[in-house]
Amino acid sequence: MVMLGKDLLGIHDLTPDQISLVLDTALSMKEVSAREIKKVPTLRGKTVINLFYEPSTRTRTSFELAGKRLSADVINISAGSSSVVKGETLEDTGRNLQAMNPDLIVLRHASAGAPQLLAKMLPSSIINAGDGAHEHPTQALLDAFTIRERKQTLQGLTVVIAGDITHSRVARSNIDLLLKMGATVRVCGPRTMVPLYIEKMGVTFVPRLEEAIEGADVIMMLRIQMERQRGSLFPSIREYSRFFGLNREKLKHARDDVLIMHPGPVNRGVEISPELLDSPYTIILDQVTNGVAIRMALMYLLIGK
Amino acid sequence: MALLIRNGRVIDPASSTDEVLDLLVDDGTIREIGKDIVAGEGAVADEIDASGLVVAPGLIDIHTHLREPGEEYKETIQTGSLAAAAGGFTSIACMANTKPVNDNAAVTKFIVETAAREACVNVLPVAAITKGLKGEHLAEIGELKETGAVALSDDGKTIASAQVMRLGLEYAKTFSMPVMCHCQDEELSAGGVMNEGIPSTYLGMRGIPPLSEEIIVARDIAISEWVGHPVHIAHVSTAGSVRILREAKARGVRVTAETAPHYFTLTDEAVAGFSTSTKMYPPLRSREDVEAIKEGLRDGTLDVIASDHAPHSTLEKEVEFDKAAFGIIGLETSLALSLELVRDSVLTLSQLLGKMTIQPARVLGLDKGSLRAGADADITIIDPEFEYTVEAHSLQSKSKNTPFLGRQLKGRAVYTIVGGKAAFSLNP
Repeated sequence: MVMLGKDLLGIHDLTPDQISLVLDTALSMKEVSAREIKKVPTLRGKTVINLFYEPSTRTRTSFELAGKRLSADVINISAGSSSVVKGETLEDTGRNLQAMNPDLIVLRHASAGAPQLLAKMLPSSIINAGDGAHEHPTQALLDAFTIRERKQTLQGLTVVIAGDITHSRVARSNIDLLLKMGATVRVCGPRTMVPLYIEKMGVTFVPRLEEAIEGADVIMMLRIQMERQRGSLFPSIREYSRFFGLNREKLKHARDDVLIMHPGPVNRGVEISPELLDSPYTIILDQVTNGVAIRMALMYLLIGK
Repeated sequence: MALLIRNGRVIDPASSTDEVLDLLVDDGTIREIGKDIVAGEGAVADEIDASGLVVAPGLIDIHTHLREPGEEYKETIQTGSLAAAAGGFTSIACMANTKPVNDNAAVTKFIVETAAREACVNVLPVAAITKGLKGEHLAEIGELKETGAVALSDDGKTIASAQVMRLGLEYAKTFSMPVMCHCQDEELSAGGVMNEGIPSTYLGMRGIPPLSEEIIVARDIAISEWVGHPVHIAHVSTAGSVRILREAKARGVRVTAETAPHYFTLTDEAVAGFSTSTKMYPPLRSREDVEAIKEGLRDGTLDVIASDHAPHSTLEKEVEFDKAAFGIIGLETSLALSLELVRDSVLTLSQLLGKMTIQPARVLGLDKGSLRAGADADITIIDPEFEYTVEAHSLQSKSKNTPFLGRQLKGRAVYTIVGGKAAFSLNP
């Protein structure tokens, strides 16, 4: 029987069967969120701590709702309002939280490997809600769920991931998951934002967006972080948008039934032109809806039994 | 009182000696080396039967960090010297990045005096080239030498300005001071925590490109040639650096270089578990780099093996990988890890010992590193077949930050003799 381990630290640790298990479980969880009474007693008496060292609205809210819809007690801790500002180490914070017997800690942290550090130390389950530029497994799972909803399968699809690949945990988790599930992945972006050895991950690097999306089934646009311009990774927002932003003209190269996705938050008019954002190709809000279902599924699979 | 070491396989790379001999030590000096030495009646107080063991010149480590003054909770001159002795080292050079920095005679004097009082091996201070390791103003190099500094290095930092590096080398030349270069373009490596390679691509961690090392190796060789004063390149880690050094040596440039055991033992794949004891500067590199380092050792491009012993406590190491300090301890694992090169037929035992004795001595201009009558009685007796597991509790170093914990090693020093006295013996 397929099961998950104690923690969900990254897509790297999952088999295709485990990925399918999460996606299938999320189907029934999605149904819960569509009810008038959006609550089931599955995790009654369980405690979930959202420990967020980086600002987040979407992901944190999504985890909080997921826990609450399963009747868990959910507590949110953000770095700005905790002992972190007093200089407590991650290890000590973890030990102190553990002393209060939580069942699950959801961690977002700026350092790659921080969830591994916590998972090794604590008996409670850990979900990685994003660690540095390393992994963001729940995002990749909700993206896969959203694609599967529309295309039935991931097998054989061509998916383009475009933008700042180097600094993107979303890209890394998605590449890993999509390849494991039989999709073909192309990455696109200026060389300054794409790691030198990216093709060793099993993807194709196509620097120009028009060529990258040729015949694509799915295009994932990544958020551009404006502050990277100061580091000269790209010359100006205007130039970036012109060559690496998606608009109706460039989209002609993709398939007619192409899906446009984005992990959010979107810079309107930078990565994606406003007209495309509001077009039927774009399924960004589906991603957000499905995020709750995926996180409910993970909580259930990790601590629900 | 005299000490007689009998029937050991005496290997002295400096004199190309490799045969079973006796060795007589008296009054801190080697008196005689030969077959079946007969000492006068009652003259020999102690005898070591070295049958089946290797008797080598005392090992010399020209690149260690002892943390005293300033960070005694990581290591002291005393505990560092105990670790050295346990690892077979009779002399260690300690880098200047203490707190305060060893950039003035008072700090050098403190190290020399503390070592004389508390250390069981020879401790040789390396002083800073520039004040505060800031790469701006030259330290008082003349006075540092007078007080006992044996070499100069801003190790831990690269002198970013080529002009300051030129002036530093010219001034060092005035006082015939050896210069050891830490090579890292700090803009290219900024924010990096591991090698820029395939593992860093997967892990999403900022990479330190081999380029950041190679560009400064090339620069420092060029400045050295221009000034006419040799440089020693510290902790070489990349295939490109080996190539640049090989080409320079082929042209007849007087340059020497060292690498450390971890650079020919581990690759950047070891970082995948986020263990902070795989984090050091320069970082663990790729398989290709490891092979190039071995080839560089084999063909003589790399002259010296040094530990870059860098103790850190759990405060600096039991944290997130990107927040952890760079560096691992190495004094107690260097010899066994290096002996792997002999078992892998990269080096002969004599070549290996040369890189840990006479060659480091030559880099620093020390009258040590060789077994001959009249030399200081710094001797390391090695059992190349001795097997043991690296365990935190049995390490002499105050810090335990090594990626080799739990590793099965083969070969270790069983006696470390400094100035005729046993600083360490495995079975006391």
